[in-house]
Amino acid sequence: MTNTWQDIKNANLVIVMGGNAAEAHPCGFKWVIEAKIENGAKLVVVDPRFTRTASVADYYAPIRPGTDIAFLSGVIRYLLEQDAIQHQYVRAYTNASLVVKEGFAFENGLFSGYNEETHSYDRSSWDYELDEQGFAKSDDSWQHPRCVINLLRQHVSRYTPETVSRICGTPQDKFLHICGLIAATAAPDKAMTSLFALGWTQHSVGSQNIRTMAMIQLLLGNIGVAGGGMNALRGHSNIQGLTDVGLLSNLMPGYLNLPLDKETSLDEYMKTKQYKPLRPGQTSYWQNYRKFVVSLQKAIYGDAATQDNNWAYDWLPKLDVPMYDIIRAFEMMNNGQLTGYICQGFNPLQAFPDRGKIRRGLSKLKFLVTMDPLDTETSRFWQDFGPQNPARSAEIQTEVFQLPTTCFAEENGSLVNSARWLQWHWKAAEAPGEAMSDIWIMSGIFHRLRELYRKEGGAFPDPILNLTWKYTDPVEPDPEELAREMNGRALADLTDPATGAVLTKAGTLLDGFAQLRDDGTTASGCWIFSGSFTEKGNQMARRDATDPREQGIAPNWAWAWPANRRILYNRASADQDGKAWNPAKPIIEWNGSRWEGIDVPDYGPTVKPSDGVGPFIMNAEGMGRLFARDLMADGPFPEHYEPLESPVENVLHPKVRSNPVARVFASDRAAFGTPQHYPYVATTYRLTEHFHFWTKHALINAILQPEEFVEIGEVLAKEKGIEQGGWVKVSSKRGEVVCKAYVTKRIKPLLVDGKPTHVIGVPLHWGFTGQARKGYGANTLTPSVGDANTQTPEFKAFLVNVEKTGAPAA
Amino acid sequence: MALTRREFIKVTGLGLAASSLGMLGFGAAGVAQAAAVRPFKLTHATETRNTCTYCSVACGILIYSMGDRAKNARSNIIHIEGDPDHPVNRGTLCPKGTALLDVVHAPTRLKAPRYRPPGGTEFKEVSWDFALDRIAKLMKEDRDKHFIARNAAGTTVNRWTSTGMLAASASSNETAYLTWKVARSLGMVVFDNQARV
Ligand code: SF4
Repeated sequence: MTNTWQDIKNANLVIVMGGNAAEAHPCGFKWVIEAKIENGAKLVVVDPRFTRTASVADYYAPIRPGTDIAFLSGVIRYLLEQDAIQHQYVRAYTNASLVVKEGFAFENGLFSGYNEETHSYDRSSWDYELDEQGFAKSDDSWQHPRCVINLLRQHVSRYTPETVSRICGTPQDKFLHICGLIAATAAPDKAMTSLFALGWTQHSVGSQNIRTMAMIQLLLGNIGVAGGGMNALRGHSNIQGLTDVGLLSNLMPGYLNLPLDKETSLDEYMKTKQYKPLRPGQTSYWQNYRKFVVSLQKAIYGDAATQDNNWAYDWLPKLDVPMYDIIRAFEMMNNGQLTGYICQGFNPLQAFPDRGKIRRGLSKLKFLVTMDPLDTETSRFWQDFGPQNPARSAEIQTEVFQLPTTCFAEENGSLVNSARWLQWHWKAAEAPGEAMSDIWIMSGIFHRLRELYRKEGGAFPDPILNLTWKYTDPVEPDPEELAREMNGRALADLTDPATGAVLTKAGTLLDGFAQLRDDGTTASGCWIFSGSFTEKGNQMARRDATDPREQGIAPNWAWAWPANRRILYNRASADQDGKAWNPAKPIIEWNGSRWEGIDVPDYGPTVKPSDGVGPFIMNAEGMGRLFARDLMADGPFPEHYEPLESPVENVLHPKVRSNPVARVFASDRAAFGTPQHYPYVATTYRLTEHFHFWTKHALINAILQPEEFVEIGEVLAKEKGIEQGGWVKVSSKRGEVVCKAYVTKRIKPLLVDGKPTHVIGVPLHWGFTGQARKGYGANTLTPSVGDANTQTPEFKAFLVNVEKTGAPAA
Repeated sequence: MALTRREFIKVTGLGLAASSLGMLGFGAAGVAQAAAVRPFKLTHATETRNTCTYCSVACGILIYSMGDRAKNARSNIIHIEGDPDHPVNRGTLCPKGTALLDVVHAPTRLKAPRYRPPGGTEFKEVSWDFALDRIAKLMKEDRDKHFIARNAAGTTVNRWTSTGMLAASASSNETAYLTWKVARSLGMVVFDNQARV
C-alpha cells in the first residue's frame, strides 16, 4: 500500500477492483465504511461476482475475468477525452511532457522490438529522446507527437465504450457511469483510492493490470495524497516482509537485484544501476545502490567481505534466467532436474497451479522437507486419500521429512503489514510437543552443513564457512539480534568527509539508511529496515496510537519502512509551491524553510519547492511514469491481451491474442483447453470464513464452511439442470473436481462480443488434511502460466466445463 | 474514557457474549453466567500482545494464557481477542481472527518430527537429530554433485539449482532474514515465497 489502512477514510471515492476487501480483509474494510459514513465517500465495485463488497457498494458493475486492462484503458480514454485530469499535477509530476525516442511503435498488438522466436522484446526503443547532456527532452506545450501524453492518447483511442463493453461484457451505461465517478476525483482536493489484491495479480497480465490503475491515479493527481494511492491489500500476515527481505529467486533484501551471469564483477553489476538523473537536479535515490549492496555484504560476510575481494561479490549466486520462479521449479521437478525441495510454512500441493503436475513433480524428488505448525497436504502427497489425492505410496521414492514448527503465538518477531508497518509481537506460550522455531531449524541445518564442509570439504565452501553468525545463542539466534543486524550499525567511526568530525561512533546502531556507506564502514542486512531498531530501542514495538489531525497516520505506532514514512510520494500531496492540494487534509507543506506536517517527508526535508525536484525521488526523472520506459517485459503502455485460456478471440488484434511475452512451457501449453470443450470462464477466490488452507484445521472455521463447492449462476444452472446443493463435476483440461453447486444470483451471464458468457466461481480452501471435509482443491483446475513480469500464476481466468453428476459413493 | 483495560474487556466481553449467547437462545441466564465466568478467567491470565497470523490487515490481538511464565511452567493459551488499542482494528476481529485459538490448538498441530522413507506407506516419529543430520547429508550430497561454480562460458556463477526452497508467508522478518542468509550462502536460486503466487 502507498497509504495506510486508516487513511482510506479520507477518500472521496473508493474503487475495489481486483479484490474483495469486505470478505478477504474485513477489519481493514471498515475504513471504507468509515469513508462512506464520515466523508460521504462513494464505493464502486467492479467484479465478475456480486461480492459482499459489492453488496455495500454505491455502484456495482460486472466484468469478465481477465479483461481489466480493457476496462481501465477505456477509463483513461474517457479522462483524456473529457479533459478530466489534474493538469497541474500531470504536467509537473508525471512524465506526460517527455518525448519518446523515434522508433518506438505499437502495431497490431505488438510494441516495437518483438522477437517471435524468443517471445520477448528488444526494449531499446522504449525510452526517452535525450539531449546532448543526457537529459530526457520535454515538450511542455504537449504539441510534440511523440510526447508521452500524445502517445498515450493514441494508444488508448481504441478503447471506446463500445469496445470496452464488447471485451469486458460490462454494459456501456454502467461503464460510463463509473468513468464519471472516477473523473470527479480529478479535482485537486478530491481523492480516489484503489484497493486491489490477487484479483489483479493472478493474471498473465497481472503487473499491467496494476499499472493501468496507477496511470489513472497519476492522471487524477491521486498519488501521494490523503485518501488516494495504490493500495495492494496483501494476502498474508508477512508476505510483504518476506518480499522486503528479498526471499524471491531474483531478489536480495531491500529490493536489490540478485546478480546475473553477465554481471561478472561488482562494477559490471553496478553499471546497470547508476540511475543517472534523467532530468536536471533530480534526486534519483537509487544512486545510493552501491551503499546498500556493500552494507548488505558486510552484514552477511562481515570481515570476509573486503575491498580486495569486491565485498565477496563472487559469493552471491548468479542467475542465468530471469528467475527460478515456482512454475519453473515445478517444470524442472517434472523433468527430473530437482533433487530436493524444502517447504517452510508453505503448502505447494494446494497453492500452485495444475495440482496433478505438482503431485507428479513431488513424486520425482529424492527428498522433501516440510516445516509447518500444521499437517499439510504437501507433506502427505505420497499418501493415498482417495480421489482427492490418489497416490501409490510404494512407488514413490521421495524421502519426506515433516518438521513441526512454532506458530505466531509461540515466538517473538516482527511482521510487515500491508501498509509497510513493522509490528513486533511477543511469545505467549511454548510450542506443543517437540515443535521448534524456524530459526532453530534453519540454524540446525546450517550448522550441520557448515560442520560437514569444515570436515569433508566439498563444492565451494567459502560462503558457508564465512557466513556471519555472531549471535549470543548460535543455536537459536534471538529475533532482536537479527532485527538489529537488519537495521545495521557502524563498523568504524563514521566521519564527516568535510570536517573529519565523528558523526557516528563505531558499533552504534544506525538511525537510518542515509548513514550507509559503500566503503565497508557500515553493515545493514536490509537497508529499507534501517531505523527500525536503533540506539533508542526497538521502534517496531512502539505502541503510541496518537494520530495528529486524526488523519489516519499514527506515526508513533510501530515503525514503517522507509524511514517511518506512512504515505509514499507524500511530496505530491502539495502543489509546486508546497501548498497542499487539499487544504483540509494536508500531509506535508513547505513552511518557508522546510517541509513540515504529519508524516516524514518523502523528499529532501529542506529542498525548496522552487528547485523543481520531482516528487518521485526513486525515479531517475523524478516523475510518475505514464510511460514505463523499458521496465516492463510486455510494454511501456498496458494493452489488453486475453487470458491464455479464453472463450473469445482478441477483438483488438486477432493475431496477437494473449500476452506475447508470456513464458509457457510446452507441456503446460499442451494442457490448455479450448472453449469447444471447456466453454465456461472460471475464477478462484477466498471466502471470508477461511484463510487459504490453514483454517480448515481450526474447528470453528471448519464448521462455518465445511465443504468444497462452486458458485454457478441461476441461468447456467437451469440450462444444465443443476439444483441448489446438487452435485456437479467441474473439469478443465488438467483435472476435475466433484463437489456441490451453490446456485446463485451473484453471478449473471455477461454479453461478451455478442455471446452470453458464464462465469463459475471456485473457492479455494479445501484439501485432505484438517477438520473440514475432504476436497480436491481449486488448483486441480488451474493452468500453469504466469504473469510475464512476475510469473504469478493465472488463477483468476481459465476455462472449465460443468456437468450435473450424482453424489459420490460415501 | 475512564475505563481501565480490565473493565473495558469486561464490557466488550459482555457485549460479545450477550449477542452470541443470545443468538444461541440461552437468553438472560446465559448472559449472567458469561458475566460471572469471563472476567474470572481473564484476571488470572497473562496478557501478551501479538498480531493475527492470517491477512495483512495485521490486526492487533491480545493472547491470554494461564501459567506465570516461571521457568519450568508451560503456559497454556486460553483466549485470544482483538486489541482495543490497535489503531487499525480497534479491537475487532473477523471470522478468521476470532477463531485463532482453534488454530493454535488444532488437533493437526504437529508435535514431533516425522519421517517417511522411500516407498514407505506411513510416517514414523523420529528424533530431531536424525531428521536434521539426514537432511544436511542429503543437501550436501546434492550440492557437491550439482553445484555450478562456472557456467559454459567460464564465468563464475556459484549457483545451486538442484535443490529448491519455499519460504513462509507468516514467519517473522527475523526468520526470513536468517533463512535468506542460509539459502544464499549455499548458492540457492530456486527460492521463492508466497508473494510469487
Ligand atoms: S482478524 Fe481478519 S482482518 Fe484481521 S488480520 Fe486476521 S484475518 Fe485479517
